[in-house]
Amino acid sequence: MWKWLHPYANPEVSYHFAGRVLPWFSALAALLLAIGLVWALAFAPADYQQGDSFRIFYLHVPAASLSMGIYLGMAIAAFTSMVWQFKLADASAAAMAPVGAVFTAIALITGAAWGKPMWGTWWIWDARLTSELILLFLYLGVMALHSAFEDKNLAGKAAGILTLVGVINLPIIKYSVEWWNTLHQGSTVSKMGKPSMSIEMLWPFLFCFLGFVMLVTAVICIRFRSEILARNSIRPWVKTLVAAENK
Amino acid sequence: MSNPTTTTNLSYRAVFSLILKRDLTIALRHKDDIINPLLFFIIVVTLFPLGIGPESQTLSRIAPGIIWVAALLSTLLSLDRLFKSDHSDGSLEQMLLSPHPVFILVLAKIVAHWLITGLPLILIAPLLAVLLHLNEQSYGALMLTLLLGTPVLSLLGAIGVALTVGIKKGGVLLSLLVLPLYIPVLIFATSAIDTAALGLPYSGQLAIIAALFFGSLTLAPFAVGAALKVSTN
Repeated sequence: MWKWLHPYANPEVSYHFAGRVLPWFSALAALLLAIGLVWALAFAPADYQQGDSFRIFYLHVPAASLSMGIYLGMAIAAFTSMVWQFKLADASAAAMAPVGAVFTAIALITGAAWGKPMWGTWWIWDARLTSELILLFLYLGVMALHSAFEDKNLAGKAAGILTLVGVINLPIIKYSVEWWNTLHQGSTVSKMGKPSMSIEMLWPFLFCFLGFVMLVTAVICIRFRSEILARNSIRPWVKTLVAAENK
Repeated sequence: MSNPTTTTNLSYRAVFSLILKRDLTIALRHKDDIINPLLFFIIVVTLFPLGIGPESQTLSRIAPGIIWVAALLSTLLSLDRLFKSDHSDGSLEQMLLSPHPVFILVLAKIVAHWLITGLPLILIAPLLAVLLHLNEQSYGALMLTLLLGTPVLSLLGAIGVALTVGIKKGGVLLSLLVLPLYIPVLIFATSAIDTAALGLPYSGQLAIIAALFFGSLTLAPFAVGAALKVSTN
């Protein structure tokens, strides 16, 4: 596996690889989101209790799971960088942090918009909402630490330690529903075998979810490429690239 | 340096107590470092009745939260002295260069910090609880949660300080990094005190705080050591 993987430790190779896969992820994201969102918002049946307002679910749930998924990805990148001194992993973690923060914010805002018709209030201090808010703070802390250091390598290492410390928060989010039994409804999608939502609702959700995953991957690819360029701006290959661009 | 082996052959316990004694001595010579966070704690607690009103019912309802939030903030203020002066005069780098495990050094410094700032806070807390009309059944829970919880604050805070010690304007950044990590302690501590006020058993919340304590006691010094190595570069 290492033989296959080691060329990607070279920033130039990784830069071009991310550039090659980017159009595929973008096209898939556009296609899946177009199908999924139209299906979900226009054609999927309305919920028998929550009416049409449940449709924000197709935005809220992917955003909420991705907000945690991106954090996990960041933690894996930070761990990789710390154990194998793999500097590009720091660049990818730096690329992921703002994307994750945005998706956490989307999850919170759509959650508030969903909570208003359902619970009659924009915000309640429920465990899941609170830990999602803490997750947002953790993202902002990681981003602040990234920008506080002049040296990008040091910034990556410091933010990596903070990311790994913050990963303790993820299981707390996961199990908080069981710890504090409050207003937030239990999970409906991932019950193995027999999901508790109807199949007409599940399909558009899967399209939306995969579409958002592709979107996140594409955005992270773009940010990863610019992180590589920023970190290697004095290298000759970057200079020839810029020269070719300016012609 | 006539006999270099004597410095390297110190047992872990000797290294630990050496650093602990050194930090305590320094703190006792600068008494402001001990008194100022404590004064801050008292003043913040005093502000709440002035802002909310003197009704004893309201105050006793929010007393656990006020005391715990004030404890968080005063710990946060005192965290700076954990590594800052050692970093600026270079002794921190010397400690990291010494042959002793960083875990022991860091743990000793954190224990010293807790003895200097956490312990006085616990001693003064019942007095402030009287001022806030805390429910009489809750005193035991308040003391136990503070006893188990303030070490967690010192341990987790040390990670934040270690990450920001090399940055010039690290103060605000430190609170941004550390306060989110404090939230679980705050939640379970106040919940334990509230439960005690109802006369119900609060051993569950206490057990979780204890778990947080032992978890951070065993893991945080590693993170602090790694962060210090990044910060001293």
